[in-house]
Amino acid sequence: MPTVTINQKSLTVPEGTTIIQAAEQLNIEIPRYCYHPGLSIAGSCRMCLVEIEKMPKLQPACNTRVTDGMVVTTQSPKVKEAVSGVLEFLLINHPLDCPVCDQAGECYLQEYYMKFGLHDSRMNENKIKRHKAEVIGPHVILDTERCVLCSRCVRFVREVSRSHEIGIFNRGGQSEIRLLPDQVLDNNYSGNVVDICPVGALTDRDFRFQCRVWYLSKADSVCNGCSRGCNITVEANRQRAHHGEGRRVMRLKPRFNKEVNRWWICDIGRYGYKFIDDPSRLIQPLEKQGDELEPLDWSTAAERAVGRIREAKQRGGAGSIVIVASPQLTNEDLFVTRKFFGVDLGIDQIDFRIPDKNTLSDDDFLLRADRNPNTRGAEAILLDGGGFDLQRIIESASTQSFGLLYLCEQDLVKKLGSEPARRFLGQFDYVIYQGSNENETSGLANLVLPAATYAEVNGTFTNFEGRVQRIHAGIEPLGDSLPAWRVICKLAQTAGFDYGYESAAEVFVELAQTVTEFEGLSYEKIGSEGMKLPETQPVPA
Amino acid sequence: MNRRDLNFAERLYLSEVFKGLWLTSGHFFSNMKKHLARQLGFTRIEKGAVTFQYPEERRPFSPRYRSRHRLTQREDGSPRCVACMMCETACPARCIYIVAGEHPDPNIEKYPARFDIDLGVCVFCGFCVEACPEDAIRMDTGIVEIAAYSRKEMIYHIEDLLQ
Repeated sequence: MPTVTINQKSLTVPEGTTIIQAAEQLNIEIPRYCYHPGLSIAGSCRMCLVEIEKMPKLQPACNTRVTDGMVVTTQSPKVKEAVSGVLEFLLINHPLDCPVCDQAGECYLQEYYMKFGLHDSRMNENKIKRHKAEVIGPHVILDTERCVLCSRCVRFVREVSRSHEIGIFNRGGQSEIRLLPDQVLDNNYSGNVVDICPVGALTDRDFRFQCRVWYLSKADSVCNGCSRGCNITVEANRQRAHHGEGRRVMRLKPRFNKEVNRWWICDIGRYGYKFIDDPSRLIQPLEKQGDELEPLDWSTAAERAVGRIREAKQRGGAGSIVIVASPQLTNEDLFVTRKFFGVDLGIDQIDFRIPDKNTLSDDDFLLRADRNPNTRGAEAILLDGGGFDLQRIIESASTQSFGLLYLCEQDLVKKLGSEPARRFLGQFDYVIYQGSNENETSGLANLVLPAATYAEVNGTFTNFEGRVQRIHAGIEPLGDSLPAWRVICKLAQTAGFDYGYESAAEVFVELAQTVTEFEGLSYEKIGSEGMKLPETQPVPA
Repeated sequence: MNRRDLNFAERLYLSEVFKGLWLTSGHFFSNMKKHLARQLGFTRIEKGAVTFQYPEERRPFSPRYRSRHRLTQREDGSPRCVACMMCETACPARCIYIVAGEHPDPNIEKYPARFDIDLGVCVFCGFCVEACPEDAIRMDTGIVEIAAYSRKEMIYHIEDLLQ
């Protein structure tokens, strides 16, 4: 294994490592536009030039492999002059429209100019004008004037999405990024080209002019769009409510996790956050009176719910109550659900599996057919030893009548179809719906309890591989809504069981002690990259 | 804050009244002296204090005086502002509210669909003017009489600011 010295720091790296990778391990910053660890090496931007001892010319760090005894300098006057010169060339035709550019604040032209440039412009000629604000797909907008031709986006559509929609056309100073004839940048991974574009050439139509990036707060989370569990950052505007029509979550960005999603997420996940600040959010408990749902406060709602549960239990026994949890809930939520309904109330009819009439499919990359983030966790927590088959009740369309249904975060009308859902709900005397958003199913419930969305809670999701990953609250729960585990704790407290949990972390400690599959796990061990459940079989898709 | 109790002499206020009269008449006579001296041609003696008969008579402002904001216009009368939010970001009082919109001309791209300044909250620091990269906001109107009957009326909208 070769040993390389970069800026007087030595490091031994595996054969084939490039200088830029070695420098990264030593925390030495080498500026780059075209190099991206997830793509092939182009070596076209010339920003990463470094001086190597005994080589007459500067070499690009991104495609020069380390050899034993190599001595590299990234700080010499020669390198600084070259990098500043390259930057000056890249900026020759740059329109300098940072005030209108959405990339401003996270733009590597701005960043590197402040770090490695700081030169005065010597450009006296007129700048070349090109296409601006050109819509090239449902999610992406292109500004060729701002482009530095790093070709990251072109390599992305060739190598990662394999959809080949864009390319570089023309030669020399006229080169520009364009769509291929009769193509639109419309694939389920198109949003990623915005993330990898180091400048403002490709920007997001969804985020366009909604908010400036420096207003955003960031919280590490996991996408709730499917069972892959792609790592994301929830970026929210919490201070200036007049932006983005008052919505708080402004965008989701993928977060690198080499075991799960690497640098990418799909567009379904990326743009699937709108429900969080939607007007349909449930912000207070509601009770059906006549045909209308009337608001009521939490303590009355909890008393009403517990009263109805007790009544149903007295009249028909635990067998007359059905609990339908949801694979959208976190492990902590599911554990408290099991603890209250299953253990403390002795209800064993708990399930979460609702057959979906909409057939969804995998794509061959990240997206999974199971569009729930925590099916694996729900199986581990709710189904160990349970023999209850909810599907049979739904599909047999039996006339058996039940006392009470406690339904969490599942839109039955959407999943089963209006008629079967109404028939199923009609089998219950009383329906309690706990969820984040109003939908047709919540409209059919007798009591509605508002729950927080995944962006508003701390907890963990278990992806299809059994990887338990942390989610962090990026914003406060909207209105009076509460994290689902707190909703159940409220009911439990009203029913006389005081669990005394202060945080999701405390719930997880007990979860790890109780549920065998989670044994030995803790938030510290899970960390930011997640941790696999010991010996798990993947869920068939 | 703990304040000292007044002693007996102070509570009579008599000495304080005379002290006050002494100060006021001191200023009066010294100003009188200065004005008279200048009238008589002793120009090297400094100017006495002057009373402006506001509002009939107005004190001249220095050119860099920070008065009410205005939004500068393009040749066609539309605002020069491109809604970059620099002023909104720089504003220490957080009294600027901008909502950006998509401009039909791709060479302008962005324009303020809404631009409100809450002058009831503004501290007239001028940071917005300093921050603006487009010379789109200035505080050179010379308007200082900003008053309203409600807090809501203190919020100036884009059409007020463009004038």
